[in-house]
This record gives sequence, structure tokens and C-alpha cells, in this order.
Amino acid sequence: MTIRVQREPFDPWGEVTAYQATRVETWGGKCGATAAFVGTMRDFNQGETVSAMTLEHYPGMTEGYLEKIRTEAMSRWNIVDALVIHRYGPLTPNEPIVLVAVWSSHRDDAFAACRYLIDELKTRAPFWKHEQTAGGERWVKPG
Amino acid sequence: MATVTVRYFASIRERLGRSEDHIDAAQAKSVADVWRLVAGEPLPANTLVAVNQEYARPESAVRAGDEVAFFPPVTGG
Repeated sequence: MTIRVQREPFDPWGEVTAYQATRVETWGGKCGATAAFVGTMRDFNQGETVSAMTLEHYPGMTEGYLEKIRTEAMSRWNIVDALVIHRYGPLTPNEPIVLVAVWSSHRDDAFAACRYLIDELKTRAPFWKHEQTAGGERWVKPG
Repeated sequence: MATVTVRYFASIRERLGRSEDHIDAAQAKSVADVWRLVAGEPLPANTLVAVNQEYARPESAVRAGDEVAFFPPVTGG
């Protein structure tokens, strides 16, 4: 189980492949399902064109909260492993913001845990988006 | 002096014009007390609060050495 909150850009699909390659011996043959969610920066939001964004977070609490929901997902569903990566700092459209990948024996647990993790992350993990739009700068309000 | 570290994020940090304060722990018993001390007003209804990097409530107790944080609704992911 790995949680990373990082400033550097990342390739979500490369991360999924690389993570699986390093864990596959530990997992044995029991992973029959991988569910992955990737969140990508749009160039529009709430009626405005967005040219760039800065993501602020609460170092320490953000990682702690992601750990907490990972533990909760482990207790609720039968999952083998999970990988969460989230950016902070400056971003431009089309850059990946977040990856949530879940490995499990069967698809139901993988889908459910992945959905739970991204929903909890979006509603409770301390991150804040600050957008640069055609009309000026603004803090994003929860949708 | 036994202190409490107070941290602000996003729009709240911008509005207060600073990211951190250190206050005398003897002057605040609860999270709401801390806010009144640093902002001079009651805690706005939609503000989220944390004590020692865990979600808390306005009435949560505050002790010397604690880290209290105030921030707006989150928008990650």
C-alpha cells in the first residue's frame, strides 16, 4: 500500500504498471481485478476557461487522511493492494492530478474500494484548488 | 509561555494575511476560542477545523502544544 503526495508530474498508467511489477511476487496469483481512477485537470470549470491551477495542501494531515481512508477501505472490502498518488503545486490542463488504483481478486471489491477512496479523497482530504481563469484568480468552491 | 500553534490554509490564509500564529494556551479552551482570539469574530459556519492534524469540531478542547488548523471546504482530486 503506497500513498504519495508530490509536486512532480507523474504518468498514472506507468505508475500502475511499475507498482504491479514490484508487487506481483508478494501478491502471488490472487489479483484478478485492477480498478484505476485518474483525475485530470480540465481547461474549464464552473463556467470559466481555466489556464492554470495551484493545488495547496496541508502537509502531514493530507497524508494522514489518505492513510486513514486506505485503512477504512481495507477493512470494508477484500482488497490486495492500493496505490494513491496526488499532486500539489502548479498544474496545467491535461496534467494528471490524482491516481487511485486498487488491486483485488474480483471486480466488485476493486470497483467499490476505488470509488470509495476517490469520493472520500475529494470530499475530505485537505487539498484546495486555486485557479487562474480568463476572469482572474479564484479559489474553487466544492461542486 | 505554553503555546498553541494555529495554522491557516487557502482562502482563510489569504484573508488573514498570514499562514500561522502562536497563541498563549491559557487564553483558549476550545477551537472556537482560538478562532475568536486570532480573528476577532465568531467562527464562520462553513469553516473546517483540525486539532493535531485530525478533523475536530468548534467545541473540541485545545491544550498547550496542540496544532489547530482552520480551512475552507476541500477541493482536491
